[in-house]
Amino acid sequence: MNTTVLRKTRPAAGAASAPPAALPGRRAGHTVGRALMYVFLAVLAVLILLPFGWMASSSVKADRDVFTVPIQWIPKSYHWQNFTDIWTQIPLATYLENSVLLSVVITFLQVLTGSFAAYGFAKMRFPGRDALFMGYIATIAVPWQAYMVPQYIIMQKLGLVNTRWSLILIQAFGAFGVFLMRQFYLTIPDEISEAARLDGLSEYGIWARIMLPLSKPALASLALLTFVNTWNDYMGPFIYLTDNNLWTVQIGLRSFIGQYDAQYAMIMAGSVISVVPILVIFLLGQRYFVRGIATTGMKG
Amino acid sequence: MTAVSSSPAPATADNGRRRRRRTVLVGWSFVLPNFLGFAALTLVPVVGAFVVAFTDWDSYSTPNWVGTANFRRMWHDDNFWTAVRNTCWYAAGHIPLTLAASLGLAVLLNQKLRGVGILRTAFFFPYVTSLVAVAVVWNMLLSPDMGPVNQVLRHLGWSHPPGWTTSTDWSLPALILTSVWRDMGYYMVLFLAGLQTIPAELYEAARMDGAGAWTRFRHVTLPGLRPTTYFVMIMLTISSFKVFDLVQVMTEGGPGRSSLVLSQLIFREGITQGRFGYSSAISLALFVIVLAITLVQFRFQRRSER
Repeated sequence: MNTTVLRKTRPAAGAASAPPAALPGRRAGHTVGRALMYVFLAVLAVLILLPFGWMASSSVKADRDVFTVPIQWIPKSYHWQNFTDIWTQIPLATYLENSVLLSVVITFLQVLTGSFAAYGFAKMRFPGRDALFMGYIATIAVPWQAYMVPQYIIMQKLGLVNTRWSLILIQAFGAFGVFLMRQFYLTIPDEISEAARLDGLSEYGIWARIMLPLSKPALASLALLTFVNTWNDYMGPFIYLTDNNLWTVQIGLRSFIGQYDAQYAMIMAGSVISVVPILVIFLLGQRYFVRGIATTGMKG
Repeated sequence: MTAVSSSPAPATADNGRRRRRRTVLVGWSFVLPNFLGFAALTLVPVVGAFVVAFTDWDSYSTPNWVGTANFRRMWHDDNFWTAVRNTCWYAAGHIPLTLAASLGLAVLLNQKLRGVGILRTAFFFPYVTSLVAVAVVWNMLLSPDMGPVNQVLRHLGWSHPPGWTTSTDWSLPALILTSVWRDMGYYMVLFLAGLQTIPAELYEAARMDGAGAWTRFRHVTLPGLRPTTYFVMIMLTISSFKVFDLVQVMTEGGPGRSSLVLSQLIFREGITQGRFGYSSAISLALFVIVLAITLVQFRFQRRSER
C-alpha cells in the first residue's frame, strides 16, 4: 500500500504517476481560472498561517500593545528585549537543554532499536516472530490514556518518577519505529539479503552494511518524527517531571503562563523560541516528514 | 524464503537443526531489545489496566479485589458522565470538520500547480508546532474582549461575539476550532497519498463522458479514496476520544467542568488523587467506547464495499 509513497525504491509502482490535475491549460478561460485558483490558495494559506504571524508580531511588542483595537499587525514600537529578558525571567536555558537531551536520547534509541527489531520482523523467519508482532498490533488501537495509570504505577515502583529515565524508557521503545521501519524493509527485495547471505555475511552484517545504508530516507523520517514528537510532548513531562530542573520547554512555557499571565508579549516571545527549532528542522527535512507520515499512515 | 530453505547444499539433519536454532537466536536478538521495553512499558500496563480496574488499589494501601464496585461507582459519578458528554461533543465536532477540511485541502493541493509544494508545507506546519505554543496563541486570539477573532466578528456585525474559552457554552467550540486548524494538515498528507493511488485514466474516462468537476469528485475521487477515508476516520476517532494536551493547556477542563474530557478525569483520579483502581475503570470505559465506535465504522465500511 505504501509503495506509491516510497516510489524511489520501487520505480515500477505504476499507478503513482501524474496526479489527476486540471486540463492542459491552453484556453484563455483556463488561465483565468488558474489565476483565481492561485489567489484562492494563497489567501487560504495566509489565513491558516495568520496565528503564527500574530504570534511573531506580538512577541516584539510592548505588553499593552498586544491587545489593541484595531489589531496592530505591524508593531508600533519594537521591544526586542522581550527575547533577552525571558532568559532571566525563567530558566529557559535549562528547559531548552532538557528538551534537547530528551529528544536526542529518545530519538537515538528509537531509531536504533526500532530499525533493529524491524529487520528481524521483516527479513527473518523464526518461530515466535508473528506472535511477538501481534503484541505490537494489538496495542495500536489502545490509546495511551487508557494505560497511563498502570504505566505510572510501574514507574513509581521502580522509583523512576521525576527522573528523565521514566520518559526515556516510555518513549524510546514505542511501536512506532518498528512499524515504520518494517514497512520500509518490506519494500526492499529479499534477493538483496539472500545474495549477501550467500556471500557469507551474518544477519547483523546485512543489517548494518546493507539495510541501514539502503534505508536512509526511512531512518531520516523516523528520526525527524520522533524528535519533533518528543520536543512537542506535553503530557509525558507533565505527568512524570515535577522537579523544575528537569522541565522541558513545553512545561516551562506553560508554567510561565500560569505565573505571569499578563505579560502577553513575553509569553509570545517564549512561544516563538519554543517553535523556532521545530521550524528549522521541519523546513530542512520536510519531505522526510511527509513520507514518514504517509508510510505509517497507510499501514491500516 | 530463508537462507536455510534456499541454500543449495543438502544439509544433514543435525547440521540443519543447529542452524535453525541459530536462526531463532539471531532472530530473537534482533527483536528483543525493542520488544522487552515495549512489553514492560506498554503490554504489561495494557493488561494491568484490565486487572487493576477490579481492585480498590490506591497509592497508599494494598489492593483488594472488589469486583465491579468501581464500575458501579462510575455509573453514579456525575463527573464521569460530564466527561463522557464533553468528549462526545468534542468528537462530534472534531471528526467531521477535520475530515472535510483535510479532504478539501488535499483535493485542492493535488493539482498540478507551480509552488504547490510550498502551500502543502504551509498547511502542514500547524501540525508540527508545539501544542503549548498553539494553545497559547489561540487562547489569546480568542480572548473575548480584545482578541483579534472577536474584533473581526464584531466588525462583521456580531455585536456580542462568543466568550470562547471563558464561557461554559463556547469552551468546547474553541477547542474544536483550534484542533481542526492544527490537525487538518496531517490528514491532508494522508489524503494526498491516497489520491496518488487513483489512476489518472479514470478521470480521463469520466471527462470523456462529460462529467463535470463535482461529478468527477463524487464518482471517481470519493470511491477511490474510500480506504484512506476509512483509515482517517479511525485515526480521528481514536485521537479525539483520547484528547488531553490541548484541553489541559487551553482550558484545564474549564470553565467549571464545561470542557472536562475523559482522559483528564483519568489523570485526575489516577495520578493526582492516586486512585489507581477507579481511574483504571474509567480507562476501560474509554477503551470500550473507542473500540465500539471503531467496530461500528468497520461494519459500515464493509457494507459500503459490497
